[in-house]
Amino acid sequence: MKYAYYPGCTLKSYADNLESSVLAVAEKLGIQMEELPHWTCCGTVFSQADDDLVHQIAPLRILLDAQKVGAKKLLVVCSMCYNTLKQASLLFEKKPDKLETLNLFLDDEDDYLGEVEVVHFLQVLRDEVGIEEIAKQVVRPLTGLNVAPYYGCLLLRPQEVAFDEPERPTVIEEILVALGAEAIMDPLKVECCGSYQTVNNKEIIADRTRTIINSARSRGAEMIALDCPLCDFNLDFRQKESEKKYTDFFTMPILYYTQLMALAMGINGDIYGFDKHYVDPRPLLKEYELI
Amino acid sequence: MKIMEKNSSATEKEMKEKKPAEVEQAFISVYIMGKEHRVPFGLTIMKAMEYAGYRFVRGAGCRAGFCGACATIYRMKGDYKLETALACQTTALDGMYLTQIPFMPANKSVYDIEKLNPDINSILHLYPEIARCVSCNMCTRSCPQDLEVMDYIQAALRGDTEEAARLSFDCIQCGLCTVRCMAEISHYHVGQLARRLYGKYYSPTPRHLTERLEEMDEGKYDEAMDELVVMDKENLKKKYWKRDMEVK
Amino acid sequence: MRIILKGSKVKSKLTEKVEKISGQNIFACYQCGKCSAGCPMIDSMDYMPNQAMKLLQMGAAEEIINSKTMWMCASCHTCSVRCPRDIDLSAVMEALRLIYLRTNVNKVEPSQIPEEELKDLPQIALVCNFRKMTR
Repeated sequence: MKYAYYPGCTLKSYADNLESSVLAVAEKLGIQMEELPHWTCCGTVFSQADDDLVHQIAPLRILLDAQKVGAKKLLVVCSMCYNTLKQASLLFEKKPDKLETLNLFLDDEDDYLGEVEVVHFLQVLRDEVGIEEIAKQVVRPLTGLNVAPYYGCLLLRPQEVAFDEPERPTVIEEILVALGAEAIMDPLKVECCGSYQTVNNKEIIADRTRTIINSARSRGAEMIALDCPLCDFNLDFRQKESEKKYTDFFTMPILYYTQLMALAMGINGDIYGFDKHYVDPRPLLKEYELI
Repeated sequence: MKIMEKNSSATEKEMKEKKPAEVEQAFISVYIMGKEHRVPFGLTIMKAMEYAGYRFVRGAGCRAGFCGACATIYRMKGDYKLETALACQTTALDGMYLTQIPFMPANKSVYDIEKLNPDINSILHLYPEIARCVSCNMCTRSCPQDLEVMDYIQAALRGDTEEAARLSFDCIQCGLCTVRCMAEISHYHVGQLARRLYGKYYSPTPRHLTERLEEMDEGKYDEAMDELVVMDKENLKKKYWKRDMEVK
Repeated sequence: MRIILKGSKVKSKLTEKVEKISGQNIFACYQCGKCSAGCPMIDSMDYMPNQAMKLLQMGAAEEIINSKTMWMCASCHTCSVRCPRDIDLSAVMEALRLIYLRTNVNKVEPSQIPEEELKDLPQIALVCNFRKMTR
């Protein structure tokens, strides 16, 4: 399995532990990921306005970058990048006149032919690798660890981009079960973390984070596994604000699902970056003798 | 998609085919801030404007393509494209609409390079507006130095200071990228910050420079310096021409 | 909520503009309230999403453009997925934001974000915030 891979800006800085764990897991599972030789920021959010073509240039450039290396499928890890690129590629499919306008605007580039398919890493894990194959690679099962998956918004919504049931997704649960962990069913796993409101309304994020974490805890979760770097920032880093605002709030470790996969697969090395998390997951992982 | 081939002016071609004596006689029409002026062919934009009677108080500097002071925009008659150039490096052609950009009021962060925290988001702290980049590539198109401006802004956005410094290395701070940017980014100041960060925190310290600085502190060159300070102009000139120069 | 309807208001061009930018049919909404029921940001809104739709149907331009609703929307698409009338409400919110931003005013001023905040924020947060909140 060979894929052209688009990392996105945040995977090169704030969420570099997401990228390193993804790459380690991919290597173990035989997924070859070749980073695009040239790429730019995707814009992180898809512009939904019909007349706002300028904000479609960024995703179009990335699809063009993928086209240049002859990729039929473009593998994306960050769920915000996935959503933006997927929605853009669907827009160009549905509205060829818009694509033509943009192709005309980018007169220093080749035309985008609309043939790149955007896929998410979870999709590859489930559909190409298979959950059984993941289970086979587990050498250090996460037995007893109670993990609540958290999907956030942009993996599942809008419907056209979702590769799982938008209201009741199960792909992360399936992976967690394959790793030997207890997957806690939490209804708030598809609720929004507040997203970009974190810049100018962090008190609201403090509330969202508290609600989501308390809901997971009340169902027996000891940690949350997620896949989006912005959800991670809001759920992990903004716990600082929740702590400030609510004296009865207790923190919870937040990990990327790929970090848990790497742990269960017995991958050693400097890929985890546990020290980068606001809530240190190491005491809990030590309790379960995982590190 | 190519809309049209780059507008190669027929006048330029015609002029080149003419004999030198004929060219000397040839005059072209340029439009400075809308008004037509007849100027001899072969002048730079800057000289054409001076020929027409304009005097540069700002917007002119080294006149050799290095200082970036003479950033200019122009449009060829009949073409929709707004071109960018350095006025001291570009030949004025028949049918050029000219003006001069004397100063670009670009955003410039104030910082103490010694005190900056060279982490992965340090450029983003000082210039958060780079997060507004829409990848339209106008900056790269407008760069008279042919730099990949969009790519160094994108590198800065993802925290790759080294790449941002490398790609912006030949920047002459003319500001044309900033004039054209729809996200109001001050690219050239971002590039400068990247190079400063790179020089200060990322690149290895050159040993010869450290040694030379130590020698200077020890006073090794004081005597030679004192000698220069009192030297007369004639001898200074002689010494200047006899200096060590890089072998060509 | 008390809104005075006038002929001039009802004939407002705003609703038309919102429909054009968002590509949605505002008048398809029949006020079932599912959007508001699922909205994670509703506590911070002055008009609930379904109320915003009603206001738009009535052409109450000023009320909606000066409200907090579209700024509190986090573009999570929950409303759009659940709408039985297939209205993409988050696109409507996007249109409202754009109508405001296109008058050359920023909702969030990048240069006004305190430096200690900027130190923490990853670029993913800044990029999407600026895309939604700046012109």
